Amino acid sequence: MTMEQGNPALIVDGLTTSIRVDGHWYETVRDISFSVGPKETLALVGESGCGKSLTALSIMDLLPPKVARITRGRIVVDGVDMTAADLATRQAMRGDRIGMIFQDPMTSLNPVLPIGFQIGESLIQHRGLSRKAARAQALRLLDLVRVPAAAERLDAYPHQFSGGMRQRVMIALALACEPRVLIADEPTTALDVTIQAQVLALLADLQEREGLAVLLITHNLGVVASVADRVMVMYGGDVVESGPVGAFFDIPSHPYSVALLAAMPRIEGGGDLQPIPGQVPSLPEMPTGCRFQARCPLRMPRCAELPPFTPVGGNPAHLVRCWARSEA
Amino acid sequence: MSASTILQRSLRSGGLVTGAVIVVAMIALACAAPLVAPYDPNAQDVLSVLADPSAAHWFGTDQFGRDVLSRVLWGARISLYVGFVSTSAGVAIGTVIGVISGYYGGIVDRLIVAATDVLLSFPQLIMGLLLVAVLGASLTNLIIAIAVTAVPAFIRMARGSTLTMRERDFVDACRALGYGDLRIMFLHVLPNILDEIVVMASLWMASAIRTESTLAFIGLSVPPPTATWGGVVRDGFDNLLDAPWLAVFPSLAILAVMIGLNLMGDGLRDASDPKGK
Repeated sequence: MTMEQGNPALIVDGLTTSIRVDGHWYETVRDISFSVGPKETLALVGESGCGKSLTALSIMDLLPPKVARITRGRIVVDGVDMTAADLATRQAMRGDRIGMIFQDPMTSLNPVLPIGFQIGESLIQHRGLSRKAARAQALRLLDLVRVPAAAERLDAYPHQFSGGMRQRVMIALALACEPRVLIADEPTTALDVTIQAQVLALLADLQEREGLAVLLITHNLGVVASVADRVMVMYGGDVVESGPVGAFFDIPSHPYSVALLAAMPRIEGGGDLQPIPGQVPSLPEMPTGCRFQARCPLRMPRCAELPPFTPVGGNPAHLVRCWARSEA
Repeated sequence: MSASTILQRSLRSGGLVTGAVIVVAMIALACAAPLVAPYDPNAQDVLSVLADPSAAHWFGTDQFGRDVLSRVLWGARISLYVGFVSTSAGVAIGTVIGVISGYYGGIVDRLIVAATDVLLSFPQLIMGLLLVAVLGASLTNLIIAIAVTAVPAFIRMARGSTLTMRERDFVDACRALGYGDLRIMFLHVLPNILDEIVVMASLWMASAIRTESTLAFIGLSVPPPTATWGGVVRDGFDNLLDAPWLAVFPSLAILAVMIGLNLMGDGLRDASDPKGK
């Protein structure tokens, strides 16, 4: 998996998403920009509530209406500006050019429809295939995601599959129309470790074959290290650090990234996990400036101002947003 | 749960099979009424008025000398037809409105819920009575009146089930696949709530037939001389002390269908209950 030059399949530019709590709108995802190219995997990392899933929902246009909305920014998928497009265009794009797989494969398939039908339905909808052709294609897709005895299982219902198999079916469903962008929201969190590895290997394989741009949302840094090309760390709705995976793990620079890595269990070395003290402030209590300041060991008065992105160690691809790093 | 599991459980449930046998037998008799009824249901025989049950007239004859067995058989056609058509119409309309209301929510949903609450506060019979009184007693109006009484109950149920379905991940997954609201509502949400609707529809059909019979009993059904169960009971009611069989036999027919439909509904509910064995 190497980063390829060329048109990015997904561009997010200055995305700000707000959610409504008690009648007030709070910016929960703040001014996020990134792009993902074909065959590239960008990992979006952070703890629960940091805005990573909200970012994914914003891109997929799945925000719950009335309580969440995109307030600023642009989302461009395969050259189409989704934020400016009408509903019909957005629906034509979703499932066709951009696909998504969800965290829990137990609940993200319709329990009363056979899986062959569910995979074929997307092809009928987006590609105008006949029922028969869609069924043949569904069979090919099940083979592609390595569901054993695919021909016999086309008419099986989701409850007849294990969790790992269901996630494979979900992947087949998301990839049915050969999208250019795949958003994977914690795709392996609900699975056993061995199944996790299989599903990740399958995803990497399909990504190489189909030239997919993958936005991987996870809180698991082990997964990031094994499959991602670049990583973006989010805290409280801000991107605090971004860079190539190698550089990030070599010199994690934001105090939050450092703390996240220290909180990760390791096989060698033993020692206690280092929890991050405190918790993410609630939306009304978000401080101005850097949102990590209340939990930060390097806190200084300037933190009340939002720091700019600065390169780490002269590497323009590895950026951090912290006063303590930019002044050093 | 798959359809085959439900089928297996259904066959093991005695009540469901008994209920289905009763209902199917009644429907078969009603369909075959022109063939199996021994007499013309409206033919008057002045020579044998209020005759006791006998080999010639199994259920006896009424005050005009009409054969009660023939009238019960022909009456089944009207009563079952009204029950089936009105329930189907009411279920279809109520379910569609309920799914839309629950799926979209918002101000339209609140208005629909408010209207439903008002309609549900009327007892079914009073509601039917009111509508037939306004529309006039005819077969079509009767069906409309009884269908209207079913609509709010099914709106409420379909809306409630849709509200829980709407929060399920697979609905988000459908939206992520670019499906439109109509497709999600009727191809994905509806099949998931259909089992509950079928169960309630079979129970509701019993109550629709009961309402029809009651309306016929108080003279607000299809005008005479057409036979309906409630009407036959009423014809016999005038001579209840002299000839009790006139009211008893059609009442037994009503009772049998009630029991059949209720056994069927309960059996279906148990068979489709995921917590059952």
